[in-house]
Amino acid sequence: MKRALAVLAAWVLLVSASSPPEVDDTLIMGDTLPPSLKAFNLLSGSYGRIPNAGVTPYRLNTPLFSDYAEKFRFLYVPKGKKIAWREEGELDFPVGSVLVKSFGYPADMRKPDEHVRIIETRLLVRRETGWIALPYVWNADGTDAVLKRAGLRVDVSWTHLDGKPRAISYSVPNVNQCKGCHDDGANGLGLIGPKARNLNRERQLQALYAAGKIDRLPANLPLLPVWTDTMTGNVERRARAYLDVNCAHCHSRSGPANTSGLWLDWEQPEGPNLGFGKRPTAAGRGSGEGEFAIEPGHPDRSILIYRMQSLDPGIAMPELGRATVHEEGVALLSQWIAAMPTKDAGHP
Amino acid sequence: MKPIPFLIAASLLAIANPVFAGTISVEAGSDAQSRLQAALIDAKPGDTIEIGAGRFDLTDGLSLDVDRVTVRGAGPGATILSFKAQKGAGEGLLVTADDVVLRGFAVEDSRGDGIKSKAANRIVYHDLRVEWTGGPRASNGAYGIYPVESTDVLIDKVTVRGASDAGIYVGQSKNIVVRNSIAMFNVAGIEIENCYGADVYQNVAMHNTGGILVFDLPDLPQKGGHAVRIFSNRTEKNDTPNFAPKGNIVAGVPNGTGVIIMANRDVEVFNNVIGENGSTNIFIVGYRNSFTDSGYNPLPSNISIRGNMHGRAGFAPGPQFDGGAEMVAAMGSVPPIVWDGTGTNIRVTDTVPTLSLGLSDPKDRATSANPKIVDLGSSPEPVALQAIVLPSSMEAAIR
Repeated sequence: MKRALAVLAAWVLLVSASSPPEVDDTLIMGDTLPPSLKAFNLLSGSYGRIPNAGVTPYRLNTPLFSDYAEKFRFLYVPKGKKIAWREEGELDFPVGSVLVKSFGYPADMRKPDEHVRIIETRLLVRRETGWIALPYVWNADGTDAVLKRAGLRVDVSWTHLDGKPRAISYSVPNVNQCKGCHDDGANGLGLIGPKARNLNRERQLQALYAAGKIDRLPANLPLLPVWTDTMTGNVERRARAYLDVNCAHCHSRSGPANTSGLWLDWEQPEGPNLGFGKRPTAAGRGSGEGEFAIEPGHPDRSILIYRMQSLDPGIAMPELGRATVHEEGVALLSQWIAAMPTKDAGHP
Repeated sequence: MKPIPFLIAASLLAIANPVFAGTISVEAGSDAQSRLQAALIDAKPGDTIEIGAGRFDLTDGLSLDVDRVTVRGAGPGATILSFKAQKGAGEGLLVTADDVVLRGFAVEDSRGDGIKSKAANRIVYHDLRVEWTGGPRASNGAYGIYPVESTDVLIDKVTVRGASDAGIYVGQSKNIVVRNSIAMFNVAGIEIENCYGADVYQNVAMHNTGGILVFDLPDLPQKGGHAVRIFSNRTEKNDTPNFAPKGNIVAGVPNGTGVIIMANRDVEVFNNVIGENGSTNIFIVGYRNSFTDSGYNPLPSNISIRGNMHGRAGFAPGPQFDGGAEMVAAMGSVPPIVWDGTGTNIRVTDTVPTLSLGLSDPKDRATSANPKIVDLGSSPEPVALQAIVLPSSMEAAIR
């Protein structure tokens, strides 16, 4: 009997060695902070460019701007479990899920798929106790990435869309900074990107449903505009999509910037809390010469635009991941504010 | 191996058990950013992080998100966290956990706020210094010490210099004590904004634009500020010209104001020494800007001003003080106490003149003012406020 078991064990080892690597559910569900990304078996290949079986790439309609980094997103839902549908807010991922995001820079932004240098891969791991954030920084030869919970600065350079060279001090966030954006109040860490409306593109949601990874799918799916695509929404809707994704994780009624009274989420009605005629609360010199977060008709006088255009840490918004100005984002929001009727300014 | 007797095994386990508070030491030297941040991340509830003497040159904001941690330096003159080379984050140190004690260190030259704590209940700030070392400049960060959205806040024996908004700013919080502290060369020395229940006492506010401010603003999650006592403070020689950015609420603080009460109810100002303030010693006003927030009351009410010792006031009113120059021309100086004339039950028994601007609406400007000296001593005395009592653990933390 003992001998039979040993043979069986040897056979199991042999089979598992020849099959493709399986994602390590035990590690995901455990309580350790694995020092190596490789140990999860989520990704393969140089700099983890290839997702392993069960790991699904996805894209967003309107992504968070992170200093022009190219981002590669994957999601993993453990076998036999499903994401619970949520019409608004983030989809509800089951315990054992992982969201994976790699950040990199192409040598030339005009050829975004060529010579991409991957800097880091961030994991959000859903454990029994909630989400945890684990930032991994790649080694020089791209064979593994190591956990850097205290963050790191990395010098990064590329040729920009205008053909000119760019160089920044890229910030890998520490785990507290991860929570700075991924803050879900009493629930601990939360998600930002994977809302149904933001995932609703290229039949991604339908594919997840067909693969049995999501519990249901309504006939009418919510849709967030693609902020750069005029076919998906007018200026106002695209500007609101941009604000929702880039600002509302802090600037909402329940986010870390709730006490500012400036709430920029998709659901927020027009008024002072959306910034219209809203005076600054604790902006300090972040207000510059402006009197209102948004002064309708006057992007040049609007504090929101001023802070997006600044690189000074005491002024710049968002506070994290912003070593460059997002010129295209500034242009869209300026266009939106410029087109607002000035009579609604709330100006005294 | 011999089996370890049960009792010894149990005691070995106890040593490794995290319920026994540990100390994490961080000394000055290279790579201070990651070593200090790693300590703040790795700390367990109950731990103390001991920061050694010396200068720590930091490149990013620091943050603490673990409950019941004490961060302790070798003294505000010895342990210096310098953010002169800061590249990111909106503040020097951010605390987002409960029952945290910060003591014995200095934060210098942060690009944004100095130390911010948000939704951090029972936080203790003790024996700290926050300073912008180049003096008062518009390019300095906004707030020095900045607790917000917290219940039970103790600020004791701190010094803040050079904030381009408020040196010590408590916002949208409840049950607050600010005492034994020094605020100099800030736009506002000490500011209590949209708060419920605060005792501000035995502080020195000098050489700011305005010394001590009690404000309430619309469109915020917590508004209706009330129950604030300002007593036994010195707020003198507030003579730094206002250097706040235009859009900030404190940009309207007149150069040289001792105390301002704006749009709060149930405020007591007593037994303070207030003098040598160029605009006026005590200024009681409504909120002057337009607003649409239907739940907001822009007027002051139930204000008690008594027993304060007044020095010279109103000899050089700032340009932010509407009609100040005309008053100096007519009367020689602005009286030591000025009320815009709005709100209800304003009681003043200090033995110095009180000027009412006679406005019917705080938004009205000086052109519609009808200034006259008034006697507010016959207004009924508002119900006395109770002293703020903090949880005993907070007082014990600094003994």
